[in-house]
Amino acid sequence: MSHEPCNTRRGFLAGSLALLPSVALAADEDGAQGRNQDEDLLASAPEPGRFTKPGYRPGFFTPAEWEFVCAACDRLIPRDDVGPGALELGVPEYIDRQLQTPYGEAANWYMDGPFIKASADFGYQSSLTPREQYRRGAAAIDAQCRRMTRRSFAHMSVTDRDTVLKRIEDGELTDPHFDLKAFFTSFLIKNTNEGYFGDPKYGGNRDMLAWKMIRYPGVRADYFEFASRIGPYPYGPVDIKGRKA
Amino acid sequence: MITRNKPVDVVIVGFGWTGAIMAAELAQAGLNVLALERGAPQDTVPNWAYPKVNDEIKNSARNGMLQNLHKTTVTLRHDRTQHAVPYRRYGSFKPGEGVGGAGVHWSGVHSRVMPEELNIPAHYKAKYGRGIIPNDMTVQDWGVTYDDLEPHFDMFERVCGTSSAANNVQGQITGRGNYFEPRRSGEFPLPPQRDHPTGQIFAKATRELGFHPYALPSANMSAPYKNVYGCNLAPCNYCGFCSDYGCLNYSKSTPQTCIIPMLDRMPNFELRPHSHVVRVNKAPDGKTATGVTYIDAQGNEVEQPAAMVVLAAFHLHNVRLMLTSGIGKPYDPITGTGVVGRNFAYQVLSSVNLFFDKSVFINQFIGAGGCGQAIDDFNADNFDHGPHNFVGGGVIWGRQTGNGPVRGIPLPKGTPKWGTAWKQACVDNFLHTGRIEAQCSNMPYKQCFMDLDPTYKDAYGVPLLRMTLNWQDNDLRMSRHVAGQLDTIGRAMGAKSQSGRLIGPGDSWDTTEYQSTHINGGTSMGTDPATSAVNRYLQSWDVSNVFVLGANVFANGIGYNPTGLVGALAYWCATNIRSQYLKNPGAMVS
Repeated sequence: MSHEPCNTRRGFLAGSLALLPSVALAADEDGAQGRNQDEDLLASAPEPGRFTKPGYRPGFFTPAEWEFVCAACDRLIPRDDVGPGALELGVPEYIDRQLQTPYGEAANWYMDGPFIKASADFGYQSSLTPREQYRRGAAAIDAQCRRMTRRSFAHMSVTDRDTVLKRIEDGELTDPHFDLKAFFTSFLIKNTNEGYFGDPKYGGNRDMLAWKMIRYPGVRADYFEFASRIGPYPYGPVDIKGRKA
Repeated sequence: MITRNKPVDVVIVGFGWTGAIMAAELAQAGLNVLALERGAPQDTVPNWAYPKVNDEIKNSARNGMLQNLHKTTVTLRHDRTQHAVPYRRYGSFKPGEGVGGAGVHWSGVHSRVMPEELNIPAHYKAKYGRGIIPNDMTVQDWGVTYDDLEPHFDMFERVCGTSSAANNVQGQITGRGNYFEPRRSGEFPLPPQRDHPTGQIFAKATRELGFHPYALPSANMSAPYKNVYGCNLAPCNYCGFCSDYGCLNYSKSTPQTCIIPMLDRMPNFELRPHSHVVRVNKAPDGKTATGVTYIDAQGNEVEQPAAMVVLAAFHLHNVRLMLTSGIGKPYDPITGTGVVGRNFAYQVLSSVNLFFDKSVFINQFIGAGGCGQAIDDFNADNFDHGPHNFVGGGVIWGRQTGNGPVRGIPLPKGTPKWGTAWKQACVDNFLHTGRIEAQCSNMPYKQCFMDLDPTYKDAYGVPLLRMTLNWQDNDLRMSRHVAGQLDTIGRAMGAKSQSGRLIGPGDSWDTTEYQSTHINGGTSMGTDPATSAVNRYLQSWDVSNVFVLGANVFANGIGYNPTGLVGALAYWCATNIRSQYLKNPGAMVS
């Protein structure tokens, strides 16, 4: 079972209202502008104490980008018989928030030029920040999809979306001006996994459902009497806010 | 206008393990000691308090405890024909940031060194003939022996409260520890930690294969401990947030838990954070240092006069300070002359994930960084190298350092990276996956070196350090042999399937995949000023009041984790400064 949240814009909004943070609702005090000044600038998300909730208005993504990210996350981690999907756990919100932290601006990466192409052994050599990756990545993938089907990515069928993502991953679908595969593997998949499995305080992993699915106890962090046991650990997860699930 | 501070007896550049050791020893000797640390102060409370520190997004995904590469990094290339490019994001190695340095986020594997690794040419030539050492391999005598260092290994273990079991106490074989262990003067301060599932299964399988498993020495406490400086540590609770994290429980040996509480009580010691040293200043004759220049928290240049300068920053920064300050002749890879930048090496690490049946609960979220079982049967010269015709070896272990899903759930080869099949694999494997690794030595070569990058600069306008390094034939053949054992061991451990990264001939250094922060060499110690930057007491041959600590003084890579040797060398240096240099300042080796 999977969502098709984006067949039409109206369908997108109507069909996903219950699960998706909607772009149509006005920001409340939980909008992404307010920052908790106490948190470490290096790594904090805006408002780390907030949990995912309906009514989230993206602070970074444009409506078109938000549609893309929601539709992509939905395919990367679909809701199925195995466990919850990325959308219901708030993963797009996580990504939107992260891009408003210093991470979005590549604040602890070396970003001085010249930017020279090198073999894959030498890692990231692009001048693009994570924010720019998403800006260009969403636009480039939507442009490719429109060229092929006259629809944006979010408005394609589930099967077609999977095919597009697979072809990007395999390096078959390329863009002469933008490295689609690097965006897909180093940003889209990576950040989606972070949001799915990260602490709920960052906006994803709602109610620790991803942790429950894999039976990860979260931040219990006290296993003295279990360290030598080759057997199941009996307790459910705890998050950084001290909530149990 | 440049501010000029009041002179001190000793200025220490960098305040991780080696800076803290040197500060403790020289402050106890009555000297007026100032440590300059470029990063921020940090301590168990508030920085690593539960549950704030248990944050995989902040500390794993965003590298919250590591050096900010935006300000300074290195450039990388495999050989001299390539244009080096910056290490822009974290991959292969992870220097730390702030008070305690990499001694805060390290795992805590606390090994020594195998004696023959301190003089590779003499040992291998005598045993296997000259031909075993390739022409381009620049191995040399370190100028110290295992016996010279033994009291200092012992001291550092007693500072750390290291947990393991000795096998060879003053020649008496106990049969409880590492079969290949060289003589120790005493038992480990604490018994081994509780053995996690990976270690138990690894030990059983390797014993049945005829190898010699032992409890890896761990700087995570197996019991409450009070060290030689009166600092108290608490038993490890296997929280699973160890490597890349500060310890929430006062259970990992760090400068903060083991040394700083003692230094805090000493009026003749000062730690000045947010002080980034940019150069060592020399007298007009070039033979003595007058102190250092640093940039303070406000961005002002400050001159700090000192009678002695100790370089105790992380490897990379020590090498670069030597180059930017003109201490020692820079290495020239074409002529093979010069010393600073020479003998730069690393380690070759292979890693295999073992996927067990659902009835076998490994629980990889439980763990401690230094805790595990290892075999030394393929380390150093513990096996006959004659038939193989290579130099070096490695340690093989089953460790369980603690893992959570943001850090990455290892999955069998061929598993999709997204979609329902990926999710199913995460559910099936998360609790049932273990990891074994082979950590092999990397020898120094004429063509592997460090120098100043001609293009890229740091936030202060200083050229970045450039690494020119790739795996060479000897090391790749050695790794193929040692890491090749992982397959056999994995099967014997009963894994349903296994997949990983085995380094062998044809492979190059992939700087994007984390392997370890065990880079070494570049300001090697030795017996000859033509091939070493510092003498056997870690004193600069050229500028006699400059002492240089850290893994950068290694003359070749070793199989073990380097921190035990780095700490022992710092104590060796400090002891000789106290017993010799302070009485008669000047060159300690003529």
